[in-house]
Amino acid sequence: MTRKNRRLIFLLAGFSALTIAAVLVLSAFEESLVFFYSPTDVIAQELRSDVPIRLGGLVEDGSVSRASDGLTTTFQVTDMREVISVTYTGLLPDLFREGQGVVVEGHLGTDGVFVANEVLAKHDETYMPPEVADALKKSGQWKGTVP
Amino acid sequence: MIMRSPKTLHRFANPARFMRLSSRALPWCLVMSFAFLLAGLYLGLFVAPPDYQQGESARIMFVHVPAAWLALLIYGVMAVASATALVWRHPLADLIAKSCAPIGAAFTIVALVTGSLWGKPMWGTWWVWDARLTSVLILLFLYLGYMALWQALENRETASKAAAILAIIGVINLPIIKFSVDWWNTLHQPSSVVKLSGSTIHSSMLWPLLIMAAGFLMFFFVVLILKVQREIIASKVRANQYLSSTHSHESSPPADRDE
Repeated sequence: MTRKNRRLIFLLAGFSALTIAAVLVLSAFEESLVFFYSPTDVIAQELRSDVPIRLGGLVEDGSVSRASDGLTTTFQVTDMREVISVTYTGLLPDLFREGQGVVVEGHLGTDGVFVANEVLAKHDETYMPPEVADALKKSGQWKGTVP
Repeated sequence: MIMRSPKTLHRFANPARFMRLSSRALPWCLVMSFAFLLAGLYLGLFVAPPDYQQGESARIMFVHVPAAWLALLIYGVMAVASATALVWRHPLADLIAKSCAPIGAAFTIVALVTGSLWGKPMWGTWWVWDARLTSVLILLFLYLGYMALWQALENRETASKAAAILAIIGVINLPIIKFSVDWWNTLHQPSSVVKLSGSTIHSSMLWPLLIMAAGFLMFFFVVLILKVQREIIASKVRANQYLSSTHSHESSPPADRDE
């Protein structure tokens, strides 16, 4: 066996070991690598109310209402199975609208209403011109959730 | 003997031949880079339609996405060159790996900054610690760490080996970046272009994106050629200094340390 081959085998063995280690570490930390929980997760795991968590899902159609102070917004976040009511005081991002994906950070109150400190809009991977979106909606082939 | 380095690799590993071939390729790469970038910017900024949801802000992807692709690609090139340098001791592979790092780091910074500028109006935040953004930040630190290792170690052989090992270890991060958006839920949207179920980006936006990517790739070749040529000249200078300092009549300079 030449030195080149020995170095190559060392390299491959080392890299394989490293890959296995990385897979094990990532699967062990899977929980904390998740950026947000779905409403189903939050309800099933009874996530403690004094720890800030992130809740992600779609803003339910027709659920958005703004309070008279003009800053407080209440809406419902759904993953199509469970629904959680959210209240938020502050400015909303441009992409926030009914049917849009959002990630809200805050606490789940004892009354079951989620009090958000921050609302982030989640964008999906679809990019198209407005005319195409209109045409798709007209022809009934619209697959998105946006109204 | 199970593995023998291919003969072609040895041909291209010759620094003198690289100098000759790359000098011939350089003007072509430069012209193509400018042509693609100009065409891509024109198509992206003036011809491509605004997005149905994001409006005009979506146009930042024509810089953001190619920069992120290149950041990953260059890391791959750097790692392959590092492995070649480590196993087969090719002098040229070593220089290519070293030259890749600052270019890749620059593309990573461009991707992070443009993403942040887009994130503020669209997501409502400059930065979040989700799996995609964090793994790309780690990529930047890998590039910076690689460059720091080259600087920190006095002995060139040791520095080359240490940096190469770091580059190879960091390859683990590439699939994590690519699939982070599929494996975990992230704020960053999943891939639009490279996916099994077909692209979810309209062709009127996809073409400017691909042309920009081609322009970025050519630009990478231009900078890489210039940097590698500079490294070759520097290693020749080192070899000459070594020869004159030892007054030896050996014909092979120490830079060509192939076995």
